[in-house]
Amino acid sequence: MQVSGLRGKAAIVGVVDAASPTGELELTGRALEVDMISKALDDAGLTIADVDGVTHTSSSMQLAEHLGIHPTFTDSTSTGGSSFEVHVEHAAAAIAAGLCEVVIGVYASTPRSDRKRPRGGAGRGMPPGGMGPMAEWEMPYGLQAPKGAYALSASRHMAQYGTTSEQLAQIAVSTREWASMNPEARFQDPITIQDVLDSPMQASPLHLLDCCLVTDGAGAFVMTSAERAKDLKKPPVYVLGAGTCHDHMMISQMPDFGTTPGVQSGKKAFGLAGVKPGDVDLLMGYDSFTITALLHLEDLGFCEKGEGGPFVEDGKTGPGGSLPMNTNGGGLSYTHPGMYGMFLITEATKQLRGECGPRQVEGAEIAVAHGSGMVLSCMSTIVLGTEASL
Amino acid sequence: MTANPLPVPAPSPNFDTQEFWDAAAQGKFLLKRCDSCGVIIWYPRFVCPDCHSTDTSWFEGSGKGTIYTYTIVRKGQGPYKDAAPFVVAYVELEEGPRILTNIVECDPESVSIGQAVEVVFQDAGDGAALYRFRPTET
Repeated sequence: MQVSGLRGKAAIVGVVDAASPTGELELTGRALEVDMISKALDDAGLTIADVDGVTHTSSSMQLAEHLGIHPTFTDSTSTGGSSFEVHVEHAAAAIAAGLCEVVIGVYASTPRSDRKRPRGGAGRGMPPGGMGPMAEWEMPYGLQAPKGAYALSASRHMAQYGTTSEQLAQIAVSTREWASMNPEARFQDPITIQDVLDSPMQASPLHLLDCCLVTDGAGAFVMTSAERAKDLKKPPVYVLGAGTCHDHMMISQMPDFGTTPGVQSGKKAFGLAGVKPGDVDLLMGYDSFTITALLHLEDLGFCEKGEGGPFVEDGKTGPGGSLPMNTNGGGLSYTHPGMYGMFLITEATKQLRGECGPRQVEGAEIAVAHGSGMVLSCMSTIVLGTEASL
Repeated sequence: MTANPLPVPAPSPNFDTQEFWDAAAQGKFLLKRCDSCGVIIWYPRFVCPDCHSTDTSWFEGSGKGTIYTYTIVRKGQGPYKDAAPFVVAYVELEEGPRILTNIVECDPESVSIGQAVEVVFQDAGDGAALYRFRPTET
């Protein structure tokens, strides 16, 4: 990476600030943030509709949801008082790299007037926007986090496309077949579709075996430049493409329960990599639940929308199938410590290096690691390849 | 089978939503309309998520809609620990927005996608109320 590559590639084009002699402002919380954003954009001659990158110190996802925009660059880096300098730095890099074109940053805090707001204000010690929309609009209704949200998606997918519990169960069965070849997997004994259907219903239509594990787990990766990578110990695994998109944060704001923003992240990543789904030798697709993996298959273009059920029916995502998926046994059978995305990267890398022993996908040159954050909210797709794929 | 009574957690209003919850306590289901583009905004907020105007106003919604998707929760958490089975659903309002809620006053097994429902308000204590939905009587 060349730091000089940033020079002259990005600029600050609009600013605003607000304060008053009384030490108080009329607006507070999210309303004040939106007011500032609108004015800074106006200063630049732009509108919210132009924005495709969002930075925020607590949740860029919650801010973007509030604004009704679907950014392709998102940064919630929080480093205290210097956060905004960091956001400018990241945004400049992102713009220089072509990830996005218009990035906003914002800050609003009203500790003085909050003293007069016994109820309803952002309040001291509370995040901007109060307790947040999830606490206000979802948590009172007993939706299990995160299981219930996925159940709502699965229920809708079944009604809309005719997807069956048996088809979802097949994903768990195929994934367990892979786990049987991973001595580190939490569960390695084979299961049947009937086993899945007979396991206790958690939140209809999801059974226990449709759900990921809760286990300890850890991982790490190191990245460097392609040039430097050539001289290191292991064969390089190149980032061929990458894409990210979030279109909601809480499930009730998901635009279409049957479609994830993986459509956008996948399109971007595949486009940058210059590959098509048919070129992919191995898919590591975040499987928090069986429905999660099924949605990835559709949204990344491995099959048509609504065809995920029939697509997995013949076991093609299992060992010996045409699309090996989650070869480590996945979040369903290998491990799921909470934020499983790390294991997508590590397994894809090991497969492309040919280090996976009995579960090795022969001749794998191109792998996709596709992560899913929150409740189908933020998708991030990384296309990886061996030297031969360059 | 009759569903168990559900806990009624008090809402947590903020600057953008105080008016909504004040009205709910009076048995009114408010919605917000964008006065610039006309879209109905859910959840209520300071800015229109469609055209990004901040020119918005409240009006009273019909409180009627249909079930868009639902789940029967079999294992509750927190205050819902002993409440299962109960229904969490996403209701599509007549006015357009889809909102998360519970379907109450019915057998959970009788709930279906497309079913007509209407709003009910339940006492959350301290002068506050929580909206839920029940099947519309036919």
